[in-house]
Amino acid sequence: MELTLWTYEGPPHVGAMRIASSMKDIHYVLHAPQGDTYADLLFTMIERRGQRPPVTYTTFQARDLGGDTAELVKKNIKEAVERFKPKTLLVGESCTAELIQDQPGSLAKGMGFNMPIVNLELPAYSKKENWGASETFYQLTRTLLKEKVSYSEKISPLRWKEFGRRPKVNILGPSLLGFRCRDDVIEIQRILSEQGIDTNVVAPLGASPDDIERLIDAEINICLYPEIAEASCEWLKRNYGMEYTNTIPIGIKNTIEFINEVHEKLDLPLTNKKELENKSKLPWYSKSVDSNYLTGKRVFIFGDGTHAIAAAKIAKEELGFEVVGLGTYSREMARQVRATAKDLNLEALITNNYLEVEDAIKKAAPELVLGTQMERHSAKRLGIPCSVISTPMHVQDVPARYSPQMGWEGANVIFDDWVHPLMMGLEEHLIDMFKHDFEFVDGHQSHLGNTATNTKDILNSDEKKEKNSKEGIIWTESGRAELTKVPFFVRGKVKTNTEKYAILRGIPEISDETLYDAKAYFS
Amino acid sequence: MSKVEFNKETGPREVFCGLTSIVWLHRRMPDAFFLVVGSRTCAHLIQSAAGVMIFAEPRFGTAILEEKDLAGLADAHEELDRVVNDLIARRPEIKTLFLVGSCPSEVIKLDLATVAEKLNKRFLGQVRFVNYSGSGIETTFTQGEDGALKALIPLMESSDEEKLLLVGTLANNVEDRFKKIFRNLGISNIESFPPRQSTELPKIGKNTKVLLTQPYLSDTVRDLKHRGCDIISAPFPLGIEGSTEWFLAAAKAFKISEVKVHEIISPLINRAKLALESHKEILKGKRLFLLPESQLEISLARFLHNECEMDLIEVGTPYLNKDLMKEEINLLPENTKIVEGQHVEKQLDRVRESNPDLVVCGMGLANPLEAEGISTKWSIEMVFSPIHGIDQAADLAGLFSKPLKRNQILTSKTLVTH
Repeated sequence: MELTLWTYEGPPHVGAMRIASSMKDIHYVLHAPQGDTYADLLFTMIERRGQRPPVTYTTFQARDLGGDTAELVKKNIKEAVERFKPKTLLVGESCTAELIQDQPGSLAKGMGFNMPIVNLELPAYSKKENWGASETFYQLTRTLLKEKVSYSEKISPLRWKEFGRRPKVNILGPSLLGFRCRDDVIEIQRILSEQGIDTNVVAPLGASPDDIERLIDAEINICLYPEIAEASCEWLKRNYGMEYTNTIPIGIKNTIEFINEVHEKLDLPLTNKKELENKSKLPWYSKSVDSNYLTGKRVFIFGDGTHAIAAAKIAKEELGFEVVGLGTYSREMARQVRATAKDLNLEALITNNYLEVEDAIKKAAPELVLGTQMERHSAKRLGIPCSVISTPMHVQDVPARYSPQMGWEGANVIFDDWVHPLMMGLEEHLIDMFKHDFEFVDGHQSHLGNTATNTKDILNSDEKKEKNSKEGIIWTESGRAELTKVPFFVRGKVKTNTEKYAILRGIPEISDETLYDAKAYFS
Repeated sequence: MSKVEFNKETGPREVFCGLTSIVWLHRRMPDAFFLVVGSRTCAHLIQSAAGVMIFAEPRFGTAILEEKDLAGLADAHEELDRVVNDLIARRPEIKTLFLVGSCPSEVIKLDLATVAEKLNKRFLGQVRFVNYSGSGIETTFTQGEDGALKALIPLMESSDEEKLLLVGTLANNVEDRFKKIFRNLGISNIESFPPRQSTELPKIGKNTKVLLTQPYLSDTVRDLKHRGCDIISAPFPLGIEGSTEWFLAAAKAFKISEVKVHEIISPLINRAKLALESHKEILKGKRLFLLPESQLEISLARFLHNECEMDLIEVGTPYLNKDLMKEEINLLPENTKIVEGQHVEKQLDRVRESNPDLVVCGMGLANPLEAEGISTKWSIEMVFSPIHGIDQAADLAGLFSKPLKRNQILTSKTLVTH
């Protein structure tokens, strides 16, 4: 038994829902009690989907348990098939149904439908959401393509040359509730198309069962999100000989390496190698003098395996940060994350407990946190800027604008998203240089925000207290004047310290001199 | 009882389970912790329904059952013991710990009552343990509160002191308003259940007069009756009419004259009517379809028809206790169609056929209906907003007028672009 206050991943059947909802002409009958219908809101509220997930919940109740829950399952399957007329049916169970062992998949297969039925067995008490998504996509691919295996020759990545056409690839792994998948797909298709490579099928996002059957028309698979697609890619490799890519095109170096890998696999000459360096603004923005202040910024990284590893590489090699912590909640990716951490002389944090992550952040004392929405909240509590790089999804992670993480535009987005929370370089420099200037004092809020206190608030609150502090200490005119000259972001502290000092020394009136006495005393 | 049409429907449902009520219960009792004994699904449900991330550490959590716990029950008890020990060591300020049963814990027949009893002995004088079920195989949404309150009743001491007991979670500011009004009426001994501190449970007995603030407390009411309490029969304090009848019923039980009640609440009614006007203008004549979820649907339908002049197409409710809802049903217009239970697909067919102006539904259904051009109001907002009482009548109406108003704004052309 594990005490969980908040979890990075949902149960495995939510992963199955992600696959079903991403696709067309599929329906998922889920043997589950009524409360499990909450999962619909993940899609309709977080992703703002205008359609309900294609899921029928059997919603069995306690009173059904004494009777025949199997009949209830069959009734729901029948109604769902009649109503939604899917081309492929997924059948599975959530945690509670797993315990009553009705075997809904077998029941469905015995009902005489002539559509493919995928029996999903997703162990809810040992596995989690991403595993469930991966397993569902794998089982679906396998079910729809296994019949054809024996008739098929191994697929050569070079066969496009014989066919006399442009090479074709599949983009596998993007799904609903995946981090920025919607835009990554557009970006990657654009990059491939520029290189003379056509996209055969994108799946599961937007694909139908027919598209899954067409996967074998492509030469190779792009495994864009290994958490979801690696098992399917591996099966297609074993059974059809289809090669798949290993590089995740997040960041400039990885995007270039990805393009190289695709070209090598397809034996397609890469003609515009030099141009690639200039496709994104990130390299120049990172090189420009303003970015000097980014050097050695301490950054803590936590997220899903893919995004955490990519973030570490970009942080260190492309932005010149110092990575002071790296971790993931994806146990399936633990090995790779550990290896990356080792290269950085760190020990990877592999945990599903956000409190452990928060403690690790505290200990590492970073200047920037790259994490999930939970780390954003932890960082907020600790007063550290943060940018979100990974699922679990939040409504904020589905922006209206085009906002990929992958490819050239992804690198641009990452530069902006990671750098803006830090204080802008020149501005930080100027604040430091001019902080003692009288003109500088008012209205210049720090981007860091957390230490800033507005002058107006302090002065207004003073007026309310008739210029006196709550302990009855009087601020003289010279004292007040001097206080306004203190930079806004430390003014609150100076005021408190001066009053504290005055109380300590029994000084009834604070003048400009008292301010300086206090400053000397506390320094 | 007016001629109301009662229907029952069974089939796939689209509703929250009782665990969801932890979201407001834990806020009501800041010294209590709610520990769900369940699965990752339970944990995921609660965090999806509540903005868990905003808490440094929320006062609710899930002891997630793992494969090894399912192998043998003795193990599960020991494991739960360990989790509870860790939790109490970490959160020493917790005074009451609710062990909340879930679908999986009910199915494997994990005996939380026995666990609670053992823990009560061990932590005597430090933490109290109570258990109830919020499982989706037994409870829908607000019924979780019913279970939690029922579980507290055995801990309530007996007293024959005459008092008014308000039962059902209220927003603190609404509760304060109600108490002030009752004091003005001359009722001085007023308590609330659940209380603001889990350790300050009211004493109850034969001179306790129970006034329900929420319509979903069937089991709690039954147990309070067993303890000798009088249940005041009244509609629920939603809207001016419901609240007025509610105050009158309480006053009658305390032998306070109607004249006195009117004298005190008339100014409130007058200003509430004024505040209601602008909303009524928008809602009047609009057709309303309520899908089942919170059990507040009947009271809401009564308010929206009688005071806001909306037309009722269908009033869904997950569960109907005709006895408890008697006074409400009496106030409904003739031929109101009440549907208990749900077949979500058939019900959505009826929604589309009837082309309503506004649908009250759960969050999973709202955006899909909006995408079809049907305005919606999420039912979960009713349990998170202060909507009770005369002073809140306009705010309550506002929850329904806002989506319609917004729709109007977004479809109107008021500015000419040059």
